[in-house]
Amino acid sequence: MKRIVIVGGGTGGTLVANRLRRAYRPEAAEIVVVDRDDRHVYQPGLLFVPFGLADVRRLTRPRWRQLRSGISYCQAGIDHVDAASDQVYLQSGTVLGYDVLIVATGAELLPEETDGLTGPGRQKDVFTFYTPEGAEALRQALDGFTGGRLVVGMVDMPIKCPVAPLEFCFLADDYFRRRGIRDRVDLTYITPLDGAFTKPVASRELAGLLADKGIELVAEFSTGTVQVPGPPGTGGRLVSYDDRVVPFDLAVMVPLHGGAAYVNRSPGLGDELGFIPVDPRTLQAKVKPNVFALGDATDVPASKAGSVAHFEGEVLAGNVRRFLAGEPLAACFDGHTNCFVETGQGKALLIDFNYDTEPLTGHYPGRMGLPLLRPSRLNHLGKLAFQQFYWHGLLPGRDIPGIRPAMPARGKNHPAASPGRG
Amino acid sequence: MPTATYAGHDVSVNDEGFLTDPNQWTEEMASQIARAEGIGELTPRHWQVINFMRAQYRAKGTGPTVRVLGKTSGVTIKELYQLFPKGPAKTAAKIAGIPKPRGCI
Repeated sequence: MKRIVIVGGGTGGTLVANRLRRAYRPEAAEIVVVDRDDRHVYQPGLLFVPFGLADVRRLTRPRWRQLRSGISYCQAGIDHVDAASDQVYLQSGTVLGYDVLIVATGAELLPEETDGLTGPGRQKDVFTFYTPEGAEALRQALDGFTGGRLVVGMVDMPIKCPVAPLEFCFLADDYFRRRGIRDRVDLTYITPLDGAFTKPVASRELAGLLADKGIELVAEFSTGTVQVPGPPGTGGRLVSYDDRVVPFDLAVMVPLHGGAAYVNRSPGLGDELGFIPVDPRTLQAKVKPNVFALGDATDVPASKAGSVAHFEGEVLAGNVRRFLAGEPLAACFDGHTNCFVETGQGKALLIDFNYDTEPLTGHYPGRMGLPLLRPSRLNHLGKLAFQQFYWHGLLPGRDIPGIRPAMPARGKNHPAASPGRG
Repeated sequence: MPTATYAGHDVSVNDEGFLTDPNQWTEEMASQIARAEGIGELTPRHWQVINFMRAQYRAKGTGPTVRVLGKTSGVTIKELYQLFPKGPAKTAAKIAGIPKPRGCI
């Protein structure tokens, strides 16, 4: 009997646990999932909460309920992992030995690493929508906002869902129009990147959308300090490390991210930021062959996004089985990511890419599919419908016809291949 | 592929001016690249960052981001911006003759 311990009961941990439970008979493997709380949040829904378009209570379900029967759920904080002795030390004092460990503890927000982000203005003038509490507090603040300078931005990469702050800008533009006060709001998007997004084609499209909606883009702005508004009439200021200033009345900032805190207490497990170094194709951790990781917890050069955890899940579950059977691992994760990007006015665009191919125009998953990199009503409906699929298709770890881990090349408009060809 | 001439040697660079082969780099090239980037005399603090970046590149295959530099190089982010005002990780990587750090996805 093998024991597989999965730390983290979010998107990646849950879907891998369910896949492995189906793969092994009960007497062949014991599967244990550990998480510090029992609150599984559908994180893509948080974007809609500040605009009154989603309710936090309806985005949250118990973690254990998403796991198949035959999986043990253990609610406890993790003190540290001792990879050398194949053991997880829980804060309750329990020690869990394992044959295979799967790290799926995601990324954490680190507002305390930015000067002023945890100060007195937090959730009064400066907000984040990346937590249920923050999203709800921001909803109330936007309700009472009647005009002024709204600044949206991120401190530095990596962050979960790198398009989310852009989507927030598009939805804010829409929201103020509906309230009839758009002309009294200055909307500014700040980013440490040199454009609206990380990859050139998508960056151009998204910068065009910002311009169309009258949202100012401030690029290469690396936030050093957040100064909250003082007495009435004196606004707040974002100050960059190179001493540029962006004034604001209301700021929506995505804080720095790092791996879960216990990673730093676990010898050899994580890198400087607490993410788990893994082989980007097999998802086997560098620390020891019987440790694997997926989702936001890893250091792979892909977006921190649920779709990545989803596509990784199938590859990782296969590799855990190969490892336990003494077979060579399959190096088949290609960095496949896809995301619906809300663009406002009931539309969304879709991006689909991997380690080697940047987001391109065309259709997904083939020529007859959803339009890529173009706002469409269909993509918006897709994004809304996805929430039901998340709970009932993705987390149970079911295969979906036509949606495979490997990125489809068909349907995409690839740049001209080589010079000289017509 | 474009080439550039530093310290009397032709080296291959990419469209953004980063050396494509870190083995072609010599210490003499650093001060010339730095001047082209608008940085005057390279001080021992500059060299601490440059040497750190090359060591990290050798160990990991990619240069560190500014955030990782601030945590691990012994130079704070504030000072990194004073030393290399226009984006410390990018500028220091260029001067150190290694590819642009691929921190952001």
